[in-house]
Amino acid sequence: MLIDWFTVCAQALNFLILVWLLTKFLYRPILAAIDARERRIAADLADAAARKAEAVSERDDFARRSAELAGSRTALLDQARTEADALRRQLSDEARSAAEVQDAQRRQALLNDGARLRETITGRTGQEVIAIVRRTLGDLASSTLEERLVEVLLVRLRALDGPARQDLVHALGSSGKLLVRSAFALTPAQQAALRQALADILSAPVETAFETRAELICGIELIAGGRKVSWSVADHLASMEQMVAGLVEARADAGQQSQAHPSQSAVH
Amino acid sequence: MHLSPDEVVLWSSGPLTLNLTIVLTWAVMLVLVLSALLITRRLSHGTSRSRWQCLLEIIVIAIEQQIAGVGLPAARTYLSFLATLFLFLAMSNLCTIIPGYEPPTASLSTTVALALCVFVSVPLFGIRDQGLRGYLRSYIEPTVLMLPFTIISELSRTLALAIRLFGNMMSGAMIIAILLTITPFIFPIVMTLLGLLTGMVQAYIFSILAAVYIAAALRSRPSTQSAPAV
Repeated sequence: MLIDWFTVCAQALNFLILVWLLTKFLYRPILAAIDARERRIAADLADAAARKAEAVSERDDFARRSAELAGSRTALLDQARTEADALRRQLSDEARSAAEVQDAQRRQALLNDGARLRETITGRTGQEVIAIVRRTLGDLASSTLEERLVEVLLVRLRALDGPARQDLVHALGSSGKLLVRSAFALTPAQQAALRQALADILSAPVETAFETRAELICGIELIAGGRKVSWSVADHLASMEQMVAGLVEARADAGQQSQAHPSQSAVH
Repeated sequence: MHLSPDEVVLWSSGPLTLNLTIVLTWAVMLVLVLSALLITRRLSHGTSRSRWQCLLEIIVIAIEQQIAGVGLPAARTYLSFLATLFLFLAMSNLCTIIPGYEPPTASLSTTVALALCVFVSVPLFGIRDQGLRGYLRSYIEPTVLMLPFTIISELSRTLALAIRLFGNMMSGAMIIAILLTITPFIFPIVMTLLGLLTGMVQAYIFSILAAVYIAAALRSRPSTQSAPAV
């Protein structure tokens, strides 16, 4: 008999025991490990997917912020450009104003310098001219300068025409006396000669007073009432002063124009 | 020479008999359980694991996939039974390379015991899946006339299951034994290799047929459906 039924039962029991043992010690731990690993891998994959989605979201957010930044950068640049233009205009206006103030000050300084120069030239010129004329007259003639002045005054008196002479007589008649002012003191002889000449010219003796005025600068004048006949270096000096003042003003204008153009180009 | 290791009685006391089949079965069981204990002692649940754990996982997953491939959807429900069947048969047959070893599967008692386990498990799994009434109804479908034929089919396939495995393993052992007496060199080695292959094939066939029987029991059987003939 090939089948031993006791062995059959024992083998069946052995097999069932083996099923139980392997289930406990092999299948269950192995399947638990596999399931745990699969869960972990699934969790890792889900985490990776979540991170990927987060990265995509952050990338989109970054792109959006970059676009916004680019837009705001353009706006900021425009605003900065506008402010820079305004500031440039303001600084230009301030520089122009300062330049105009400095130009006015410089022009005023030039005018002051011209005035001072004019006064200096006038004084120096008068003194020099007197000195030169005095020296020249002294060198060229035997008479003194004062004598010559008196002669010149007498020549002018004699050269008065009819209406002018009548006006002088009329003025003399209203005041009653003549006043002779000179830059130097006339000698008695000169005073006598002058009285005589006036008497001859006016056809009557005239009360004559003599007065010395240094500002006449080598000159002599005759005053009767509101009329005056004179010759004086001061008159010539006055005309020279006017000429010098004209020259100084012309130079000042030329200097202002030459400086005004560079300043304008520097501002712009 | 003996046809079955049952004939080698090591100890006997009344009806209790301790023969070589039972002892070798215990040895195979011990090897399997100890191997499982050693390998699963330090199981890794992480991504890195030992080579032995990888081997065990490969074996278990392969068996699970085979069960699912047969048509059992909840493969883990039947994994313990079917995988133990395969591992026990495979280990029993693989050990034939050990000199002096006689596979327990060369004993008709063992194959009958295993076939009976399958014979019992098929209706148990079927009742568990469909209920007692649903399972019994499958015996009289499509007509009551099919009932005796179905019962005969159940018995005959169980018998075929036992005889097939026993015949293959016993014949292999017998051939090796005969060849050892005739040509003690070369040929026994070749036949041992052939016996290894035959043993593995038979373990696979036995397990797959058990899975197919269980899968067939879980469904309402069409009249044309039958177990594949091997």
